[in-house]
Amino acid sequence: MSKRITEMCPALNDAMPTEYRELVENGPWLGDKTVKDLGTFKELLEEHPLCAGCNLALSLKIILSSLPNPADTIIVGSTGCSSLGFMQVGIHNIHSLFGNQNAVATGVKRVLSMRFPDKKKDVVVMAGDGATADIGLDMTIHSWFRGEKITTIMFDNELYANTGGQESGMTPAGRVAYMAPLGKKFPKINLFEIAKTSGCHYAVLLTTANTVRLGACVKKAILLARDVGPTYVQIHTPCPTNLKIPPEESIKVAKDSEKERYAFNEYVSEAAKSFLENTGNKK
Amino acid sequence: MSKKNPLTEKPLDYMLFKAKREKQFITGSEAVREAVRRANIDIAISYPITPQSETMHLVGDLFAEGYVPEYFRGENEFAVMSQVAGAAMAGARVFTATCGPGTMRAFEVFPMWSGSRLPVVCSFMTRGINAPLTIQPDTIEMAFLLETGMIMLHCETARDIYDFNLAAFIIAEEKDVHIPVGVFMDGFFVTHTRELVDIITEDVCLPKYNPQAAPVPTIDMETPPARLMRDPFVMKSNFVSYVAHASWQQEVRAAAARSKKHIKKYLGELIEIENPAAPTIIVASGTAVSQAREAIKLAKEENIDVGLIKVKVVRPFPKDEIVAALSKAKKIIIPEFNIAGWLAKEVAAVLPDNGRIVATPRVYGGMTMPPEILLEDIKQAVRKQTQ
Ligand SMILES: Cc1ncc(C[n+]2csc(CCOP(=O)(O)OP(=O)(O)O)c2C)c(N)n1
Ligand SMILES: [Mg+2]
Repeated sequence: MSKRITEMCPALNDAMPTEYRELVENGPWLGDKTVKDLGTFKELLEEHPLCAGCNLALSLKIILSSLPNPADTIIVGSTGCSSLGFMQVGIHNIHSLFGNQNAVATGVKRVLSMRFPDKKKDVVVMAGDGATADIGLDMTIHSWFRGEKITTIMFDNELYANTGGQESGMTPAGRVAYMAPLGKKFPKINLFEIAKTSGCHYAVLLTTANTVRLGACVKKAILLARDVGPTYVQIHTPCPTNLKIPPEESIKVAKDSEKERYAFNEYVSEAAKSFLENTGNKK
Repeated sequence: MSKKNPLTEKPLDYMLFKAKREKQFITGSEAVREAVRRANIDIAISYPITPQSETMHLVGDLFAEGYVPEYFRGENEFAVMSQVAGAAMAGARVFTATCGPGTMRAFEVFPMWSGSRLPVVCSFMTRGINAPLTIQPDTIEMAFLLETGMIMLHCETARDIYDFNLAAFIIAEEKDVHIPVGVFMDGFFVTHTRELVDIITEDVCLPKYNPQAAPVPTIDMETPPARLMRDPFVMKSNFVSYVAHASWQQEVRAAAARSKKHIKKYLGELIEIENPAAPTIIVASGTAVSQAREAIKLAKEENIDVGLIKVKVVRPFPKDEIVAALSKAKKIIIPEFNIAGWLAKEVAAVLPDNGRIVATPRVYGGMTMPPEILLEDIKQAVRKQTQ
């Protein structure tokens, strides 16, 4: 593990923006942080290109403040809005293609476990609902079937945001979207239930509205993936731009969904339960 | 992890030119296994498809025997090629193989390998592409792969398969190259037939891949200062992004061009020339070369003088070498095992006076290429030339 994750090029030192300097000098990799530490370090450059009120950007900040071992964490992303955020964070990350994130993560994890058998290196997949549940669904689920020790985090904005708001498998039934001009004809995919029966040892359904809980669940999911098996975190991240929500109301939309399809729901396998009990990590 | 690799590390030139060898009567698939046995790879990932499957079964045996530390079957070729990418990014020497429909299923990944500067070695046991469904030999997939940025070596014999596969790892990993190498062999024709091959009998293998010497940072969180992404993420609409993307593509192609000196060092010239003074010359790659050799013998019996250029390296394309070798030829015959005639197009694109090219015979769909039909085309070309 190296804490010197990134360095300023001396020749460009005086030209680099302040926020970038802050990322280099006080980035997220300097120790085990929590959501409560947000604001005391730089986790995501303000200049990221995600929209005002983007819940995906918010969850990214929360996740980056909740990594149990940030200096030894690799994020595997996918094409979509989230990929626009990853160049702005101080954590190693891979963008490969659209939908193959769990396959790439499998290769990374297998090799890191082989090359560094005595070190804990966390592989965390972060991708949109389209990437996870549509185009990459087979690779998502097969990584669970195989028991790959990786965490899969879905940013569920319930549509293809980056391409302008088309229907995805995670869009609720009946909603009108591009490519579903008469409304979606089939229900929202229940990937949470699928995760439970496909080999995940931990699965959680939640929104950005409760930031402390989100941070704690992400940390738990990563710790369990490291030692027990695959874990899944599904975060509702309503998209103000495509859903035409005023940016200041986008968290409220997430909060409201907790009364219906996004009621907090957490699954912990027996093996995960006993691991948490033994390590005193129950919360 | 399985058992420990029992072999001692030696440099590639020792392996190719000094290590003791013994003739073995083996198939092309077995030649791949023997190369992989001595390649000191970290991981192989497989997915079945005829006629590749046998090779990856044999690599599975190597895993069970301890020569390959990690091996598994993925869920489809797109996934496997992505898993291979992740493994290479994390600092492993990786091997996989596929063909035909598997190549097409995985297609989006190949330019990503090159763009991410991954020294993956992939064997292609070329086969036809659907529809209609076919499992028969055909080199059409190579036509699609020409612009993926990967180095492409085309084997004629099982001996080529052995040497090319072994050398591919080191060529791919050279610091000034570091891009994928595809090793192509004509499915069934050379993978499922037997031939005497000189196989290394000493207990030696290639030196381990050193990811810290790679020209692009390995994603293992160990080597500071790391670049945060393997490739520059340039999805912005501004001039700097366009320039970054354009120059990156140029650099991948330049890396392929720089591989020429390494290929020459380990595998000899990019093309092999026989009888260059002949007025008629056949240019071929893969098993079409073997058919050409037979046709040339038949032509000789009829006092027709025919030369031969064997194209071993399809990418980087040996433009200057081919142009020079064909400078005096009156007629150039290019036989191929595919409907597209990609080799003929490649040669025509670089050759002054390309009206000399006779792009036949061309067989596909699994058909064989009897030397007699090649001889017919030779005679017709010679007749036209003397008219
Ligand atoms: C193979 C392929 N198909 C389609 C696309 C176009 N594409 C880019 S991003 C995207 C939508 C991503 O949706 P999602 O995964 O939900 O992420 P979001 O943008 O909503 O965060 C699509 C369809 C692509 N880049 N690659
Ligand atoms: Mg989405």
